[in-house]
Amino acid sequence: MSFETPQHKVEGLGSAHSGVGHFKQQRVTAIALIPLTVWFAVSMLGLAGTKEVSVLIFLANPLNAILLGAFILISLYHLALGIREVIVDYIPHEGVKLFLMFCNYGFAFLVAAVCLFALARITIA
Amino acid sequence: MAEYPQKARPLSPHLGIYRWPVTMATSITHRITGVGLAGGTLLIAWWLTAVSSGPETYSFFVSTMATPLGQIVLYGFAWSLAYHFLNGIRHLCWDFGFGFALPTANATGITVLALSLLATAAIFAAVHYGYAGYYQ
Repeated sequence: MSFETPQHKVEGLGSAHSGVGHFKQQRVTAIALIPLTVWFAVSMLGLAGTKEVSVLIFLANPLNAILLGAFILISLYHLALGIREVIVDYIPHEGVKLFLMFCNYGFAFLVAAVCLFALARITIA
Repeated sequence: MAEYPQKARPLSPHLGIYRWPVTMATSITHRITGVGLAGGTLLIAWWLTAVSSGPETYSFFVSTMATPLGQIVLYGFAWSLAYHFLNGIRHLCWDFGFGFALPTANATGITVLALSLLATAAIFAAVHYGYAGYYQ
């Protein structure tokens, strides 16, 4: 038998200390990425072997620019959640874990910033 | 105290001794392709940055990707995305409670692997037989 009160049990929210939030977010982003990935694959195949102008014309269409931005951002969010899972699975040391978490989210934010800047430069300029 | 001879003691079997079941192989491949796709986001960032920086930077990106190593990276990205996409759908089916029976899980695992390779081969064929680049 457990001497833990129900209150105390939920306060810890399990080993990840975040309850089921991570699980749900990973599934929601995965479902969103199904149509976006199909769109991305069809688009990239359409642009394969073309000149720079073709890419500029493609991204001049707001729908394409928005879908590409959405694909990149949701992918990076899904990626950060996934890498987080890998880190908590393999790294028991709290300090190393914290450092890798920092790198994980840092990577996602950095790539997002670079991609959005480039997209803005292409579509606004 | 008497010295006891150090006999080779039986060891607990570790990962290396087991035949890899389909579900185990597909599971770790999902994780490896997922981590690999982090590199894929760098590829997209590089591609977009090259497009935004002008024709010279873009042609450098294109010529880098045309090298044998670039092609391996590009088709590796394509296969990783195809596999993670298909196996991700398999995982979502499990999340909704479908396909847990072992024969089913094995069959869907092999199907996912085969389809991902087929998709990558189809992309390769489309590029090499002139069916790609339709947004020109």
